Amino acid sequence: MSETTAHAHPHVDVKEFHPRAHAAIHNPKIRQNFRKAMDGLMAKRTAAFEGWDLETLRDLGANIRLKALSNLPDLLEQLEQKLTENGIKVHWAVDGDEACRIVRDICVARDAKSVIKGKSMVSEEMELNHYLQDHGIEALESDLGEYIVQLADETPSHIIMPAIHKNTGEISELMHEKTGTDLSNDVEYLTASARQQLREKFMNADVGVSGVNFAVAETGTLCLVENEGNGRMTTTVPKCHIAVTGIEKVVPSLEDVSALLALLTRSATGQHITTYFNMISSPRKGEELDGPEEVHVVLVDNGRSSIYQDDELLDTLRCIRCGACMNHCPVYTRVGGHTYGTTYPGPIGKILMPHLIGLDEGRHLPTASSLCGACGEVCPVKIPIPDLLVRLRQESVDGDRLHPAKVRGHGAKRSTGEAMIWKGWAWMHASPGIYRLGTGVAAKFRALQPSKAGAWTDFRTVPKLAPKTLHQRMKERGQ
Amino acid sequence: MSDPIKVYPSKPQKVYYFGTCLVDMFYPDAGIAGVELLEREGIEVIFPQGQTCCGQPAYTSGYHDEARSVAQAQLDLFPEDWPIVVPSGSCGGMMRKHYPALFKDTPQATQAAEIAGRVWELTDFLLNVCHIKLEDLGDPVTVAMHTSCSARREMGVAEVGPALLGQLKNVNLVEQIRPEECCGFGGTFAVRHPEISAAMVSEKVDTLVDTGTQEFVTTDCGCLMNIAGYAEKNGKPLQGQHIISFLWERTRGNQGGQS
Repeated sequence: MSETTAHAHPHVDVKEFHPRAHAAIHNPKIRQNFRKAMDGLMAKRTAAFEGWDLETLRDLGANIRLKALSNLPDLLEQLEQKLTENGIKVHWAVDGDEACRIVRDICVARDAKSVIKGKSMVSEEMELNHYLQDHGIEALESDLGEYIVQLADETPSHIIMPAIHKNTGEISELMHEKTGTDLSNDVEYLTASARQQLREKFMNADVGVSGVNFAVAETGTLCLVENEGNGRMTTTVPKCHIAVTGIEKVVPSLEDVSALLALLTRSATGQHITTYFNMISSPRKGEELDGPEEVHVVLVDNGRSSIYQDDELLDTLRCIRCGACMNHCPVYTRVGGHTYGTTYPGPIGKILMPHLIGLDEGRHLPTASSLCGACGEVCPVKIPIPDLLVRLRQESVDGDRLHPAKVRGHGAKRSTGEAMIWKGWAWMHASPGIYRLGTGVAAKFRALQPSKAGAWTDFRTVPKLAPKTLHQRMKERGQ
Repeated sequence: MSDPIKVYPSKPQKVYYFGTCLVDMFYPDAGIAGVELLEREGIEVIFPQGQTCCGQPAYTSGYHDEARSVAQAQLDLFPEDWPIVVPSGSCGGMMRKHYPALFKDTPQATQAAEIAGRVWELTDFLLNVCHIKLEDLGDPVTVAMHTSCSARREMGVAEVGPALLGQLKNVNLVEQIRPEECCGFGGTFAVRHPEISAAMVSEKVDTLVDTGTQEFVTTDCGCLMNIAGYAEKNGKPLQGQHIISFLWERTRGNQGGQS
């Protein structure tokens, strides 16, 4: 562990959610950038599913993911066997630190000094870039959004569109300052300029690191969905390719991929298909002219197997990382991705991150939702996100004696004061006579009703107590 | 995997009425309007005086022991096989969708599941069980409608409110942009995350005002006190009422409206 504590993670205190939310809400640029982007993504998704029987397709997607998860240990064994047969080296990592060490060891064995990266949220989870840099290995992001985020020394604010918090003007200024490109609002120009810089890096990189969208157990195939071609370059140009992925990404067969891919691209960006869909099944074979000499897969657990232990929480692992939940989330749209302070922001982050960082650190995450249900409604694999948020709220206050909490850090949000308030509330509302007496007295003395009610009245007037309760009026009507 | 399909019962002679705690204390007129509408449809309305709250505030706050004790106090109030009608998508959703989960592994599991299956949101019940025909007696008016997230997504009644308003010949229904977006109430969310909630409700109020109307109706009192309360505090020209009050006021005096 001494090795892992040595590398300097950019520390974000997840618990400081409120100050970050405050700053984001009062930042008109953030508000505008997210509102505009999310409105566009929602419209694109709707258009992309036009003419499809979306409910049936979502049921199919959910079933495929459930089937895969119900058989996860066997599928992982099968995947390892097939990958190995195909000449791909398989590594297992219990957490992000171990995964980082595995990647570094592979780099060291090849005397690699530079790594080019395709987009990978698991590598963000591992904080791989910082780790490699701390160990003298340059890691450069090649996905345009990730590249921008890296230039700005930030983290992704969205799992699909990492730099969505910035508009073109901000990106232009950043590129001008860091790479010397001319200031311009021409997206084509900015993209071309980034591409030119990246081309050179691709040619000289010793190792390519990518993520995985689907790992097919039956054939030992790694599927990678992308739009920029950087994924293909990352996985084919350097002599060594390392794919990092969560253990839940495995699916039984190639057939399962087609439905999930149809759901993924439409849910994520409203595309019928992405520009690139890569299927990686082996290193370069003897007679082939290109491709990497070595291909490695690092299968990362990092808390996933503990989620797997619980029948309800298991649904969290269905996720195919499309980001539709954040695109449709009214909270995410207001506060942006960085407010969460976690690798995965938005609704999926709120149900996934507590398992990765503990409910003590992530205590505010499950509460930052109005439970409006928009996330669950659009989820392509029907994860019941609102129900899981309620479950995690229960866990964070140890609120259910019948179903004891089990997530790491449970009970961290429980306070004696709040628990007493709910006990008192329950006593009154479980005793109809007391309830009627209390509400009747409140109605009678409504003139004394305070005009302030905590945070509620910072922004709203308080609703007025009626002169008579419904109970009283129904009684007068003979009930 | 999908929610159970709703099978509407035939129109009953009697219903139980679960008024909800917000209606009880703050909006009893809406509660009475619902009773009047049901009675006008020829249905006898039973209001158990023992009712208090569905338990949702504690449930969504994670205090499931407390939610269960309050919910349990409601379970014995509906002994006959009559539908339970609720003038709220939110409380209705709690009872219909979450009671089975809340009482899982308890002696009340069967009873709770049985009751859950009898719970109906009031406007849905009026339209799809009573097949209500409304005769508009009011002056021409333009209104907007906000359907609560629970009415829309848990109770699946997003089309019901507009359909009922569509029966009123002098009512011009206008639609705000992003009608399906949450108003930011979310129960205790509004006080745990007041600034986020305020950012949401301020945009909801703006989009409603932008339709050009000064009146909106809604399925739920939580949304009502949030949206109308924000408009009042911030001097926005917008007033709201429960859709049930609106329907009753536009059609009252019309005793021959039922099918």
